[in-house]
Parts: sequence; structure tokens; C-alpha cells
Amino acid sequence: MSTFAEILLNGVSLGSVYALIALGFVVIFRATEVVNFAHASLLLAGGYVTASLHDDLGFWPALLVGIAGAALVGAAVEFLVMRRYRGSDHSVLAIVTIGVDILLTTDLTRRIGTDVLTLGDPWGDAVLTLGPISLAHTRIAAFVAAALLITAFLLVFRYTSWGVAMRAAAESAETAALMGVRLGRVSLGAWAVAGGLAAVAALFLTVFPTPGLERATSLAALKAFPAAILGGLDSTTGALVGGLLVGVTESLATGYQSDLTFLGRGLGDLAPYLVMIAILLVRPAGLFGTKELARV
Amino acid sequence: MSEALARPLKVLGTRTYLWTAATVLLLVLPFYLDRFWLQAGLFAMAAALGAIGINLLTGATGQLSMGHAFFLAVGAYGYCVFAADGPGGLTGLGLPTWLAAVLAVLVAGIAGGLFSPISGRLSGAYLGIATLALVFIGQHVMFNAHDLTGGANGRDVPPLNLFGLTFDDRELLVAAVPFGSAEKLWYAGLLALVAGALFARGVLRGRPGRAMNAIRDHRIAAGVIGVPVARYRAAVFVLSSMYAGLAGVLLALVFQRTVPDYFGITLSLEYLAMIVIGGLGSVSGAVAGAVFVSLLPQLLTRYSDALPLVSAPGTGGIAPGEASRYLYGAAVVLVVLFLPGGLARVTARRRTRTLTEER
Repeated sequence: MSTFAEILLNGVSLGSVYALIALGFVVIFRATEVVNFAHASLLLAGGYVTASLHDDLGFWPALLVGIAGAALVGAAVEFLVMRRYRGSDHSVLAIVTIGVDILLTTDLTRRIGTDVLTLGDPWGDAVLTLGPISLAHTRIAAFVAAALLITAFLLVFRYTSWGVAMRAAAESAETAALMGVRLGRVSLGAWAVAGGLAAVAALFLTVFPTPGLERATSLAALKAFPAAILGGLDSTTGALVGGLLVGVTESLATGYQSDLTFLGRGLGDLAPYLVMIAILLVRPAGLFGTKELARV
Repeated sequence: MSEALARPLKVLGTRTYLWTAATVLLLVLPFYLDRFWLQAGLFAMAAALGAIGINLLTGATGQLSMGHAFFLAVGAYGYCVFAADGPGGLTGLGLPTWLAAVLAVLVAGIAGGLFSPISGRLSGAYLGIATLALVFIGQHVMFNAHDLTGGANGRDVPPLNLFGLTFDDRELLVAAVPFGSAEKLWYAGLLALVAGALFARGVLRGRPGRAMNAIRDHRIAAGVIGVPVARYRAAVFVLSSMYAGLAGVLLALVFQRTVPDYFGITLSLEYLAMIVIGGLGSVSGAVAGAVFVSLLPQLLTRYSDALPLVSAPGTGGIAPGEASRYLYGAAVVLVVLFLPGGLARVTARRRTRTLTEER
């Protein structure tokens, strides 16, 4: 029972990190209707900046610079690439983000090489023991940070004028523009926020018990895609639920791996995708996504 | 229509000459090129077949797929399982190799068909990410189903045997040129590519092609006109998987060994890059993009000494593989922004321009 509780708690913590990534993904989609396949590389960029600066600056400043860096990369992608596209087909823009992803990932994996970089976090491998349950400090920090950030984001989204502008743009870009919402600014902001959130997620994807930032980190970040999809691409609630669902399933599949050996090793990495397929079979628009309605 | 009617005979004539010249060139190349270039050419042919498949799906029907690598793997491993006669305890059915190749393509099609509850209903990013799952499922199976796939080490590919001719390295002298596996496969690959390209062109120009484009441009309108949208989406997905399967078989035959690492997410992205660079929705675009993306790393590897910035792998500079990824990543972005329609459109535009000028 205690192992089950441990696995569940770890899963929730991991899930909250996925939710952070998925949230950024959903924010970009809502603001600009573009599916950002370069999201994993934004995450890698934030992690890399933090990893390479923490020796000189100390951890917290390095993390801030990392967040700012990833936000800047996101904004730069929006400003230099997305904004230059004059067509109206959003699926073509999705393919452009694949091109951007190839560029960024190639560059970052080349810099990282075969190294495993630490991000210099203050938690190390300390473990908190509560009765029969033991949890790594990093997992608790991940959950707390993600919960705080997500709450803050939802509040901003709900109450500030920037949030209202973004929701208006998501509802109807044309009407929003006519009402004086500056769409360029909204989408620039969305990309920057998504980059920042991804950089925080990068920290918590690479701390204990994972060895550190390496090439494969971008593969771990990819699991936020099924999280966003199974929740429904245009729903922030969906991103949170999807993230948690993916995190818990992955954690359960990894935790009970020894009982599932007939399915092969490394099932945890596969679990998010299987859950996604199962949900899409029943609800093609995801759990909370708007069903596509069309008037003819 | 009017353009086709108004096309002067002279232009048709030059095109025929060009095609004849290209055909002759492709047919005599094995007599002159060394093994490296022949293999590079074979990779390009296999990539072209796969790219035609994904262009039918993503380019012509507008269904984004990131799972193409999975179907390539099904083709490659399917061929091994059907053709091998169980070396080293691996499963092998020992069928005639031509039958194994046909069955491998069919199995890839069946795998695509099994995905139809999803491929028929979803589109856009939903489908893209759902198909991403296929790549990971495929990798999991390849690493774990040791009896079928040989695990992480992969398995050997039995050479193709057609009409008593074995496509292996036992040398055969043709006009005083030694014919190894690459030379022989060249013709098989060329045949497969021409057949595949003509078939896809037929599909695109005929009734199904119109229906596919209608689904891409306006799904609801297509449904109203009477196009069975879900069935078409699923069917194109199956066809595209079969093209990928055929490309997988050819790749396996060229590599002579299949390893799971190759069939990863990078490969899927490479195929998407090919069709965007070449031109979405056309056969010639798929072929042009495939040649560009698959020959680029080979060219850079071959001439890495002579090129600035590029250096041999492991020496600290930019390795040829990375350099080519930079180049085609940038090419994808630039083509979409500044050259909508891709490489195929450039030549097409020039042709229409000369036509209008002549008129």
C-alpha cells in the first residue's frame, strides 16, 4: 500500500510538470491556433541555459536567466518565423514549427553532446520520510512550483487585461482585433509565456531521480503532447487533467514494471501514448476539448 | 484544362527529350558510379517512395502524420520475418523473398488499416500527435519483441531473389562491370519507384485525388458533395502506409541489416521535411524533396574535408549529419515562408510563365 501511495504521489508530481509543459502548448494554440511542435526544443533551450550558467551565477539567478532565455527564444520564433507567414493555413504553420524544432534540437543536442548536465538545484537527492512513505524533495518542489505557477497563470488569464485579450483572441481573432486587441502582442506574449513555463518544467524533468539534462530530455518533454491532446487542445483544464493523467499512468507503469515484464521493458515511456490512443478512440476531441461544430 | 490544350507541341517535345535523357542516365549510372554513390542513390529512391506515400496523406489529403517511421519499420522488419529462415533463433518463415516483400507491404497496409478508427476521425494536430504514438509503440516493440526483431542489435536482411537472380554481393559481370548488390538493387529500386510514382500520379489525377484535395481544402463541403470523408481518410492512410512499407523493404535491402534506432521520431520528421521542401501534394515534389533531404548528408559526408564549418564526426566541429539537419530544418522554414509550393512549384511556375509569354 505504501508503495502504491508513493508511486501515486510521484506520479502526481511528474504529472504537474507535464501539465506545465502542456499548458504552454495549449496557450500558444488558443492564442494563435498554431500547434507548436517546437515546444520540446524550447524546453531543452531553457534547461541548457540554466545548466551552463549555474556554476557562475548560482542556481536561482541561473534559473531566472534560463526562464528568460527560453521565453526569449519562444518570442524570437514567433517574431522571426510565425509572423512572417502570410498564408492562412494553420496546419502549414504547424509544419514550420517542425522545421524550427529540427533546427533548435539539432543545435542543442550538438552542444550537449553525450554529456549529462546538472542544473545545480539545491534539493540534491534528499528524501523526506513520512511514516511508511518516502518522497524525494525534488518531487515535492516540483509539485509546489507547478501548482503555484499554474494557479498564478490561471489568475492572470482570468483577471488581467492581457488574459482577457488572449481569451478574446482565442474566441474570435477578427472581432478581438476590431475591438483593439493587438493580436501580434498577444501571440508574442503567448510564445514567451510558453517558453518560460517550459524552462521551469525543464528543471523538474532533469532533477533527481533523473540523471540530468541530456539529449533524451527532449523525448521526455514530448510526453506533454499526449497530455495536451488527451485533455483537449483548446482547454487549459484539459492540459492540467491530461498532464496529471499522463504522469500518474507513467509512474504506475514504471512502478509496477516488475509485474508487467511480459509487456517488455521501458513500459513507462510508452504509457502516456497508450492512454492517449485509448481516450482518442472514445472522445476524438479529447476529454475537455470543444467538439468541432460547423454550420453550413 | 485549357492550359493543357493550349500547350504548344514544342514544349511537350522538350519535356519528352528531358524524360528520355533522364531515363537513359538513370539506367546507365550503375556502370559508372562507385558503391557509395549507388547506395546514396538507393537511399534516395527508398526515401522517394516513402515520401510519395506521406505526400498522398499529408500533402494531398491534409492529414498530418508523424508516424511514417513506424510503417517503414513494419515493412523492413516484416520482410525480414517473412523471408529469413530462422537464423540465430529468430522467427523466420522462410518464404520466397519476392513473396516476403509483397507480404511486408501488405502487413504495413494492414497496420495502417488497424489505425483507421483514429486516422478516419481525426485530423490536424490531433492526428499528428496520435501518430506520434505509433513511433514510440513501434520502438518499444522493436526493442522488446526479441524473437521477431532481434532486439537492439537488429537482424540481418536476407537478400532479394527474383527469377533466379540473387541481389547479393556475388559478383556478376555485365559488360565488364562487376555487378554487386548495389548495382542489381539499383534497377529493382528504379522499377519500384517508377511504378509507385505512376500509380500515385494516377490516384492524384483521378477521381480519388479530387476527393482527397476536396477533403483537405474543405472537409464539410467535400462531405456535402458526397465524398465519404472518414472512409477516404482511412483509405489514404492505408495507401500511405503501404508506400512506407515498400520504402522500408527497399531500405532494409540496401542496409542489409535493420536496427530499431533508425526508425525513430527523427526519421518521421525527415519525411515531413522532404514533402514540405519538395512541394506538398504532388509526386514530383515528394521525389525532389526526398532526393534533396537524403542526398544532403551523403554529399556533406563525402566532401566534409573540402567544406568550411563541416568536419568529420568526432572531431569537434559540426558533423555532416548535423550540418544536413541544420540545412533541411532551415529549408523547411524558408520554403514555407518564401516559396510556398516547394521545389516542384519553382519549375512548374517557370513553365506556366513561358507559356503565358508565348501566348
